[in-house]
Amino acid sequence: MKKHGRHMALLMFFLALMVYLVWVPSAQAHVEQGQAAGFVTGLEHPWSGLDHVLAMIAVGLWGAQLGNPAMWVLPITFPMVMSLGAMMGLLGIPLPGIEVGIAVSAILLGAMVLGEVKPKLLIAAIMVGFFAIFHGHAHGTELPAGQSGLLYSMGFVIATGVLHGIGILIGLIHRWPAGKLVLRGAGAFIAAMGFFFLWQAVA
Amino acid sequence: MKKILLTNLRFLIGVVISASLLKPTDAAAHLVTTGMGPVYDGIGHLLLTPEDLVPAVAMALYAGLRGRAPGRRALFFFPLAWLIGGFIGLAADTMPVFPVSAFSFLLVGILIAADLRLPDNAFTVLAVAVGIMHGFFNGIALKAGPAGLGLLGIMSALFVLVALVSAFVVSLKPPWARIVVRVAGSWVAAMGLLMIGWFFRGQA
Repeated sequence: MKKHGRHMALLMFFLALMVYLVWVPSAQAHVEQGQAAGFVTGLEHPWSGLDHVLAMIAVGLWGAQLGNPAMWVLPITFPMVMSLGAMMGLLGIPLPGIEVGIAVSAILLGAMVLGEVKPKLLIAAIMVGFFAIFHGHAHGTELPAGQSGLLYSMGFVIATGVLHGIGILIGLIHRWPAGKLVLRGAGAFIAAMGFFFLWQAVA
Repeated sequence: MKKILLTNLRFLIGVVISASLLKPTDAAAHLVTTGMGPVYDGIGHLLLTPEDLVPAVAMALYAGLRGRAPGRRALFFFPLAWLIGGFIGLAADTMPVFPVSAFSFLLVGILIAADLRLPDNAFTVLAVAVGIMHGFFNGIALKAGPAGLGLLGIMSALFVLVALVSAFVVSLKPPWARIVVRVAGSWVAAMGLLMIGWFFRGQA
């Protein structure tokens, strides 16, 4: 009976897939160029810069080390403040030392993970939020011409959230003694890369 | 052996479906013509317009976070307000230049992220205000196409959407599941902030 159910489920999967693949796309009154491309560009963008990737993952790792509620508060804080930074960039409000700020974010967040530092939640949130402004200012405004700003933003925010999620998932190894060590090693790596980014920024 | 094959097959199916869903294609944000009549054109318009779809989902998420009674209020008031706003939009001549919908992203997103408890009446006012505003824009956009029947389609789709999403959120019991909803709210608020920025940049 169970086997029969499985076969039925597979059959349904295939049917759904076939219907989806042979579905004739809707006719459109007018074609809006660049809409989907904007979303995909936004989705890809955070992955294109190692500095951004490492800092995002570090936020997740640190959150996992800190446990509840920081594990969730930090990834909520980051995208919101990051958008504020991006909005500053879009409004033309200059922010000095953006690249340095991003590099320092990797150093400090990596150091927090390395040292398993556990400050008060507010302080951790302020720290993460402060650096989020630099990341948003630098990366949130790089929309290629002709693409949708809204869809780019959606992709960008979602990809950033996914990076936090990856950090949190990796950080769950914190519950094992060996995992704790691995996490601290990852923190050291991120901090070291931060120094490299800093050297690149000031050289 | 058979089990492994079955697992691999499922994995393969998952990969194929994911790949096909991720394939970028042009999205139609305005005046979708489904070929199935104005009601479905309206439904298509809602489902393919992120400026409307995201706040509608966000409103349903917030209603679900607030519980059963607000969920029921949103279920009836939100689509109805959208329809009324739509008819007002059908009679209007000009489209406001400022992307007012950015504020519904921002406001509802913050409410979800912070899990703020609004009084029941304030919640109803919020649902009606967001509904009327988005309906108004839909009314203007659909004037040249499916018009009133399209709005009816949108209202029906909203009813189903709010019912499904808010009921799902109400049913979430583990604390972490509610936090996932709040994280989604923070993303919506972040999009709202960026929309305002893009407007001033001239690339909205």
